[in-house]
Amino acid sequence: MTAAPLYPRLEPLLTQVAKPVQYIGGEVNSVSKPFAEAEVSWALMYPDAYEVGQPNQGLAILYEILNETDWLLAERTFSIWPDLAALMRTAGVPQFTWENHLPVRAFDLLGVSFSTELGYTNLLEALDLAGIALHSADRGEDEPIVIAGGHAAFNPEPIADFIDAAVLGDGEQAAMAVSKIVRDWKAEDRPGGRQGLLLRLATSGVAYVPSLYEVSYAESGELAAVAPLLAQVPSRVAKHTLMELDNWPYPSKPIVPLAETVHERYSVEIFRGCTRGCRFCQAGMITRPVRERNIQTVGAMVADGIAATGLDEVGLLSLSSADHSEIGPITTELADRYADSFVSLSLPSTRVDAFNIDLADVLSRNGRRSGLTFAPEGGSERLRKVINKMVSEDDLINTVAVAFGKGWRQVKLYFMCGLPTETDEDVLAIADMAARVIEAGRRAAGTKDVRCTISIGGFVPKAHTPFQWVAQLDPETVDRRLRMLKEKVREDRRYGRAISVRYHDGKPGQIEGLLSRGDRRVGKVIEAVWRDGGKLDGWSEHFSYERWTAAAERELAPLGLDLDWYTTRERRHREVLPWDHLDAGLDREWLWQDYEDAMGEASVEDCRWAGCYNCGVCPELGTEIQIGPTGRSLLPLVNLRPDQD
Amino acid sequence: MQRLRVRYAKRGRARFASHRDFGRALERALRRAAIPMAFSSGFNPHPRISYANAATTGAASEAEYLEIGLAEHRDPEWVRDTLNAAMPEGLVIVEVAEANGGSLTERLAASRWQVQLSGADAEVLAAAAAQLLASESALVERTTKSGLRSFDVRPALRSLTVIDGGLELVVATSEPLVRPDDVLAALTALRPELDTGVPALFSRLAQGPWDGERIGDPLRG
Repeated sequence: MTAAPLYPRLEPLLTQVAKPVQYIGGEVNSVSKPFAEAEVSWALMYPDAYEVGQPNQGLAILYEILNETDWLLAERTFSIWPDLAALMRTAGVPQFTWENHLPVRAFDLLGVSFSTELGYTNLLEALDLAGIALHSADRGEDEPIVIAGGHAAFNPEPIADFIDAAVLGDGEQAAMAVSKIVRDWKAEDRPGGRQGLLLRLATSGVAYVPSLYEVSYAESGELAAVAPLLAQVPSRVAKHTLMELDNWPYPSKPIVPLAETVHERYSVEIFRGCTRGCRFCQAGMITRPVRERNIQTVGAMVADGIAATGLDEVGLLSLSSADHSEIGPITTELADRYADSFVSLSLPSTRVDAFNIDLADVLSRNGRRSGLTFAPEGGSERLRKVINKMVSEDDLINTVAVAFGKGWRQVKLYFMCGLPTETDEDVLAIADMAARVIEAGRRAAGTKDVRCTISIGGFVPKAHTPFQWVAQLDPETVDRRLRMLKEKVREDRRYGRAISVRYHDGKPGQIEGLLSRGDRRVGKVIEAVWRDGGKLDGWSEHFSYERWTAAAERELAPLGLDLDWYTTRERRHREVLPWDHLDAGLDREWLWQDYEDAMGEASVEDCRWAGCYNCGVCPELGTEIQIGPTGRSLLPLVNLRPDQD
Repeated sequence: MQRLRVRYAKRGRARFASHRDFGRALERALRRAAIPMAFSSGFNPHPRISYANAATTGAASEAEYLEIGLAEHRDPEWVRDTLNAAMPEGLVIVEVAEANGGSLTERLAASRWQVQLSGADAEVLAAAAAQLLASESALVERTTKSGLRSFDVRPALRSLTVIDGGLELVVATSEPLVRPDDVLAALTALRPELDTGVPALFSRLAQGPWDGERIGDPLRG
């Protein structure tokens, strides 16, 4: 297939918009291959603006793996800001890719990675701007297959009408498997057309094809069943799990943005998965089991990544980085290696213990000790038992005192509001905790100059978690509790001025709740919101709560449903949930048991050191925990840098 | 410390890179290329780079200049080639030379610009150009960081010719800085029909000392 570059038509438009540099592509490490020579072409999209989407790790990994394969080609596309989108519509310039500014519609596949459900309207906007039919049922033979991935794809039902398929879990091998199926189908002269390809994707088990499943509803409005329409289509679709991460050191040379982006660092994922068992955390539930990269792989990735990008900041990423079995040697040896260089290392530090402070100390040896971040999530010990975030207040205070004693001057604490069983008192306890932090901090630091920032957002129940059945707290109560907390901090004459409270209001959380536990009927709401002008819902200046509530009322009322039905309603144990046919490996009965344990304030230990508690993932998916320590050290650096002859 | 002066170009799509975008890209390229940069002293050391008179975002350029300090001596041509291999598409290191004394900023006394216009009537354009050159002052307004400012473009204008339906002009580096779009605004004020609704494209062709007739090479002499 040939496609003419759109850049000559785009350039005059770029002179008229804000931050045109974000649209030009051509960044260091971007890959430009001849379009006509690729057997299968992917347009990879992160459905938000470039500055948010480009740093996305998942997109970077797939981009590299696909482009490393000679018969494949992948180009990127992102959400277009409204200023340029309006000019493009007037000029008839469609959604383009960043590498060669080709029309997205000319690609075989459009892969869209959803980290958050608030990106759904951006999908519709991009499809429309691309000239691709909004509904998968209306798409013609020459239109791309639209595939959703990312965490939100674990319940893709609200966008089931707009996507052709969804891939659950790790994308490295799945993207290659999809590519091969498409290649074979094209080589065989497309037997069965578009439907034939979708059937192949579904029967292979690599992807979930919503149009091949029928959803039926009970009179109550609950789902009655989700059943495949054809015998050869599997009744359940499982997630993909990549094992032996040391064999997959990606991204190794990520694109270095020319435009400014939200993260300007090279990130190494030191392990994937988390079994801490925090009950609110969807990421921790759907990415099991834990699979580590060993210290030598991490060291090599850091060295190669810095050389390939020239970035001066390295992040050691994971869901709980201090839990890596070799984290001590990794941080110490990397800090030694880069002691006299421009490279700074960072570790998202969310665990509350003294060990974490040691790590932070090592990484900040040469720099400023500005701020430490912890995430107790719940204000009272009782509530932390409910969510299985086991940290006692005394431990927290002791840890913080140690940190202040070592020269740290600011602590940031993350919390959620609206957790199951939460009362006003639980939220107000956050203020007491912060006051104790300041009190202990002043004593340990020997100065009044210490600060504590409370950052708090509304809890959104997610699919495939023990809290998938719970009633979400209504936004009015969330906002009332947040105001009470702010007021209590303000009234604290001794410590209040050393504490700041940052919070997000509860309204976007309610919409996120609708989308994350919604079923196919919610698709009508998303479409209505987009038709009313909704997009870029992750941006407070673009998000309109009124637009969402009006559309929800209009579209759901004829079905006898409303926003509350999807958000503040507690689900029955046996209720058919919209994602029950999608398999994250978790045993549904274990999730329910864990939910009951939550209500009984009973904790669960991490299976990495306390033994298996039968969540179901490893046996169901044939996977295993892959952790060290390996006992190895960083390999010596070989100087491969260019030098003067 | 070895002081090197660098001429670089912003070509093609890279015309949309801002000065800050270029700065980040250059610092990363210097690290990727392992150029032995000299650093400023202090708590937060920065590589020694000084920029001079950067073109506005959206303008292409063949003649941007900066100065860098190296901690170890390197051959200027090696620096140019190594750095070029590490720069993003469209941001091109054209020439690297040993600093030739004097202040780089002072040597960049004037710029020659090309203005590409779409659909403008060549005769109207020529008439407007003649009228502007014949006038003693031409006030235009532009929104700057400090709000709407009014200033005279005429004193800085050194030459103005109509070529291929577009313009070529030389403006002196002045305070406030007169940009080619200001000159175009002055022409459009004289003849409103020059505003065709299609945005003009600006390219800096040369920058350097001005002898009254031509722009010299700021890296030589």
